[in-house]
Amino acid sequence: MVMNLDKCIGCHTCSVTCKQTWTNRSGMEYVWFNNVETRPGLGYPRRYEDQDTWRGGWVLNRRGQLKLRQGSRWWKLASIFANPVLPVLKDYYEPWTYDYAHLTNAPLGDDYPVAAPRSLVTGKPMEVKWSSNWDDDLGGGPELAPLDPNVERVRDEVGERITFAFEQTFMFYLPRICEHCLNPACVAACPSGAIYKRTEDGIVLVDQDGCRGWRQCVTGCPYKKVYFNHRTGKAEKCTFCYPRVEVGLPTVCSETCVGRLRYLGVMLYDADRVTAAASVTDDKDLYQAQLDVFLDPDDPEVQRAAERDGIAHEWLEAARRSPVRDLISRYRVALPLHPEYRTLPMVWYIPPLSPVVEAVSESGRDGEDAGNLFGAIDALRIPVEYLAQLFTAGDPVPVRAALDRLAAMRSHMRDLNLGRQPDGSAAGAVGMTGDEIEEMFRLLAVAKYEDRYVIPTAAQADARRLEESAVPETCSLDHQDEQGAAEGGPFGAGSGRRSLPLVTVESFHALRRRQTADREEEVPGP
Amino acid sequence: MSTLLWGALPYVVFALLVSGLVWRYRYDRFGWTTRSSEIYESRLLNIASPMFHYGILFVLVGHLMGLFVPASWTDALGLSEHGYHLLSLFGGTVAGLLAVAGIGMLVYRRRTNSAVFRATTRNDKLMYVVLVGAIVAGLVTKLMHSTLSHGYDYRTTIAPWARSLFRLHPEVSLMDGVPVSYRVHAVIGMVLFALIPFTRLVHMFSAPVQYLFRPYIVYRSRGSRELPGAPPPRGWEGVGS
Ligand code: SF4
Ligand code: SF4
Repeated sequence: MVMNLDKCIGCHTCSVTCKQTWTNRSGMEYVWFNNVETRPGLGYPRRYEDQDTWRGGWVLNRRGQLKLRQGSRWWKLASIFANPVLPVLKDYYEPWTYDYAHLTNAPLGDDYPVAAPRSLVTGKPMEVKWSSNWDDDLGGGPELAPLDPNVERVRDEVGERITFAFEQTFMFYLPRICEHCLNPACVAACPSGAIYKRTEDGIVLVDQDGCRGWRQCVTGCPYKKVYFNHRTGKAEKCTFCYPRVEVGLPTVCSETCVGRLRYLGVMLYDADRVTAAASVTDDKDLYQAQLDVFLDPDDPEVQRAAERDGIAHEWLEAARRSPVRDLISRYRVALPLHPEYRTLPMVWYIPPLSPVVEAVSESGRDGEDAGNLFGAIDALRIPVEYLAQLFTAGDPVPVRAALDRLAAMRSHMRDLNLGRQPDGSAAGAVGMTGDEIEEMFRLLAVAKYEDRYVIPTAAQADARRLEESAVPETCSLDHQDEQGAAEGGPFGAGSGRRSLPLVTVESFHALRRRQTADREEEVPGP
Repeated sequence: MSTLLWGALPYVVFALLVSGLVWRYRYDRFGWTTRSSEIYESRLLNIASPMFHYGILFVLVGHLMGLFVPASWTDALGLSEHGYHLLSLFGGTVAGLLAVAGIGMLVYRRRTNSAVFRATTRNDKLMYVVLVGAIVAGLVTKLMHSTLSHGYDYRTTIAPWARSLFRLHPEVSLMDGVPVSYRVHAVIGMVLFALIPFTRLVHMFSAPVQYLFRPYIVYRSRGSRELPGAPPPRGWEGVGS
């Protein structure tokens, strides 16, 4: 999945529809498979990106091999009786409801009755102190936003102070779901082996019958996207709406996204190269390493290998038309979220560019002229360094390049809209052609439903097999001229040994009339 | 009566344990979990739970040693009866105290933390009563019948009886002279065993040792479970709407 952050309006429709579909049950009140965070902000659960505290994801050990930041296998088994670093409800929030009955039951009095909050966990009256989106839209910004681990790192590493004064601050939204990582730390952390990655589509699922409630996966996932159902005692996580995806429908969050900013498509990758890619020494190389794991479905070698391994033609075709692949590998505008966790996440983001045009225009220059735009990116309100902390482990170069391409697209498309022939300089400056820019524009701005979601159905491959077993090898038309012979069969048309063709409604009625007719004239002609 | 308690009850318990486990595995794999309450409260749990679990594991090792290692074997190792007694007294007491302190804190936590208390079922309460009963009875028995110099030698009575159970030839008479408190402890212990499959204690049978030997990343295939005509997987049956 790729999300285009420029277009997210922070409406939380995705979170709410997801919740209605999957987690509106008791035990799951605090669970948001999809959540939308305001950045800079603490995220959900609070400060989940601070891996010194939460110990999620992978690190390299002294010999350069991957190991869970949580600790070795032995350590994990030894500490299994109480997970030492499990986020508790307080780190998410204590779910509550309101005492609505009081509104109607309250005795007559001078004041209006109010519905006081009641905890859904203890059932007692409570004071609401935090929720999944307490710092939405920079609420409490000056106090809370500086605690954002990314802000802290920008300050510590780049020495730049991000100010949260009203006129100078910035914000954007970051919708998050489970990343369905290529090297999932949650899977590796599960002692029971109940979490698994599906070989067909890469969806990471929790086997509810296999989970024994050890809670190690909650710690293992650096994105904190496995949740513990405190009623059933089992871990649950985003399922990528697999029942929908299997039949070719987009996930609920994608389908209902108001900004139409989510893209779904197939990425082919080489599973044997995953571990090597996740173990490159420098955090900053992880982005490139993951790009190298992806396979090019246009490469004849890859096609041959896919055929050999029994990957259905539909899937290969979908991989070629994949909007996700276009955004990640061809246009290189999408970036992974926190690659430094070494899980090789698979939900990528197009960094936001929005306020830049405004900023340049204010300075009296042409805000959409390519030259001015490129120059202005360094002075963006959303600091490139901050985006780099999120998307490239702190390396500003790829972020800069992605933003440049988006800026070039604006400039190029403005020329087109104004009826001027773009001279291709904007496109050339970012290493793209005018045609490519227009294609990218179509994908990002026009964003047709069928361009955004290219999902091969799991059933297709199965369906083909089934069809083959039910339908005769030859097309039913092939029998047309034998029809006369068939009628001469021992018990009327269609009888005998020949396998039955698919019976359409017309031929059913024709057959019935022929078989019940008294005189030859009544039989309909061929 | 003594035939009932020492000849029949062990086998009933064993049958319940095995059939209960099989039943639970076949019909309630979804309910087979630790039902952890760590998400409500983790500070106390982080101390108490490892304490209890390690304590009870040592207690288990002690029981296995006491019941299933004949005295002649330890003699062969050069461990005198008195030495064994001291080992069993101190080891057992330390492990027992660890377990008792741990479970004491856990029960306290369960009672005082309202979120945890609300998540406690009747089944849990019954289990706690039996579990605490078994542990406390065991510890009290041990301390009641031991002095530094001398202790009740269960290795000539209870241990041979326990071993005779496995030979399918229970020597009930061995239990005749055994102090009452030992007998009480044994009976509560057997009840506890019978309860295992039907309570959250069942999680002890899924100790994930296989984790040490498997590759980190688990892959599974979707398989062909959704082919038309196949019965729907559990939880996906139609609801008739
Ligand atoms: S983001 Fe999803 S797949 Fe990746 S580690 Fe977390 S739960 Fe597992
Ligand atoms: S529905 Fe779309 S636009 Fe709205 S918050 Fe979610 S991702 Fe953003």
